[in-house]
Amino acid sequence: MSDHLFEYLCRMGDNTLVLGHRVSEWCGHAPVLEEDIALANTALDLIGQTTLWLDLAGEVEGAGRDADKLAFHRDVWDFRNLLLVEQPNGDFGQTMMRQFLFDAWHLLQLKALMGSSNAQVAAIAEKSSKEVTYHLERATDTVVGLGDGTEESHNRMQAALDKLWPYVGEMFTSDDVDAAMVDAGIAPDPASLRPAFDALLDDVFTAATLVKPQDDFGHKGGKSGKRHTEHLGHMLTQMQWLQRAYPDATW
Amino acid sequence: MYAQMIKSTGEGVKSLEEMDPQERAFQERINAGGKIEPKDWMPDGYRKNLIRQIGQHAHSEIVGQLPEGNWITRAPTLERKAILLAKVQDEAGHGLYLYCAAETLGVTRDQLTRDLLSGKMKYSSIFNYPTLTWADMGAVGWLVDGAAIMNQVPLQRTSYGPYARAMVRICKEESFHQRQGYDIMMKMANGTAAQKKMAQDALNRFWGPALMMFGPSDENSVHSAQSMAWKIKMNSNDELRQKFVDECVPQAEYLGLTVPDPDLKWNEERGHYDFTQPDWDEFFDVLKGNGPCNTERLEARNKAWDDGAWVRDGLMAHAAKKRAAKLAAE
Repeated sequence: MSDHLFEYLCRMGDNTLVLGHRVSEWCGHAPVLEEDIALANTALDLIGQTTLWLDLAGEVEGAGRDADKLAFHRDVWDFRNLLLVEQPNGDFGQTMMRQFLFDAWHLLQLKALMGSSNAQVAAIAEKSSKEVTYHLERATDTVVGLGDGTEESHNRMQAALDKLWPYVGEMFTSDDVDAAMVDAGIAPDPASLRPAFDALLDDVFTAATLVKPQDDFGHKGGKSGKRHTEHLGHMLTQMQWLQRAYPDATW
Repeated sequence: MYAQMIKSTGEGVKSLEEMDPQERAFQERINAGGKIEPKDWMPDGYRKNLIRQIGQHAHSEIVGQLPEGNWITRAPTLERKAILLAKVQDEAGHGLYLYCAAETLGVTRDQLTRDLLSGKMKYSSIFNYPTLTWADMGAVGWLVDGAAIMNQVPLQRTSYGPYARAMVRICKEESFHQRQGYDIMMKMANGTAAQKKMAQDALNRFWGPALMMFGPSDENSVHSAQSMAWKIKMNSNDELRQKFVDECVPQAEYLGLTVPDPDLKWNEERGHYDFTQPDWDEFFDVLKGNGPCNTERLEARNKAWDDGAWVRDGLMAHAAKKRAAKLAAE
């Protein structure tokens, strides 16, 4: 049980860690000052959530690892984030489409976790859901605004959606870890979130004049850690460099 | 100090007797410690000077995101990453208030941005230096934000109301920034041999550029005299630089680091440290565009602006559609 819970908490924490890192790459390079502030704010929330999830993961594991140890001293195969969040930023449209798809899933997940049988999980979910409600609101407004903006912004948003769609399915797949979480009343069945997710996407894409791709093929291998994309290794190279190069140092 | 070499009318300071009644009333209000507000009458020179000064300050905050943003993805712990993100976000926020303060003087943020991107308007010379190790995040917070605070605390009393009020909030945040920088320096200076080396190297590279932040000696500058009469500059550059040195030297000693100035010594008679002036030829080179990172910094800002054009256009087009739909529904 505790192995499964550890895995599950790493999934939550690695999602926010990897996406938080990606979003932070924008710092100082956004299309307008307000977006620089909003992107930094989003990244900051995600990094804060990472600390909560991974500290709890370390506690559950009981091997003396804290959030920093988990974040900076695991290699690619030990990461449990969705493939979606490790995708490169691309243009601003791709970044915001990735954010929207993730936030739509993330908020549903957190709302379900607020009723978790594990009090610590429920508390982290409650705190995070306040932040993620804002993330989803902002991502929705941006996807609608750019989807229904100029011809160029529309085309870029449709291209972003087409490119990222194959990474959506993984959010709703199930394995032994998920089954154990459902049995223990800790987390919801991933598939149970799909109808509400689809309904939200239909509304938002209608307003954004975007077309949801027909092909529901989904890449897998992120949350299980079996096969990440090539992008994750490069990210870790940068993220973990100081800790790896100076293992004796405290910062 | 984020505004350097601000040129005023260049006419020198008029005496109250030389002023017409309107200008005299304006100057007397300033002399009495009153605030000038956006709708009040003000001399053209005062307005132009303030636009340059506030604009340069705002641009510095924006370009200043880049050297620290350079380390966000390599921050060594989650807490350090969060603190650095929060700090850089504050800086973007400072840019925003300052552009708003400048807009009350009749200029738009877009105009100021165009002038930054074309190189017509400047930003502080300090941001044209590279950040090469994690200790630079400490040195930037400690020395660069420290120097900025030296100048900005008195500016909370500046004569232009919106600028003074923006500065109150900015100073609170800057003081947190300086403390986090010094905290990084303490960890590094008390850390492993490699960390100490990084800390000393960062101090070596940032000391001179930090002293330059106050600008060259302005003893005989007509620009400074006018700005001081208008209370948009509160202290001379040399006065602030001395205060900065006096404050930093004991802090460096506490860290066990050596200030890279062999002639630095306490002068009992003056009650201040004697120190070597920074390399002013280098300073003027940096202002001319020849600093180590001028090209990259401006390129990065231009790229962000150009790449973002479709986003701004898209969001504006959407807002216009929404307005039109609302009108049609009414």
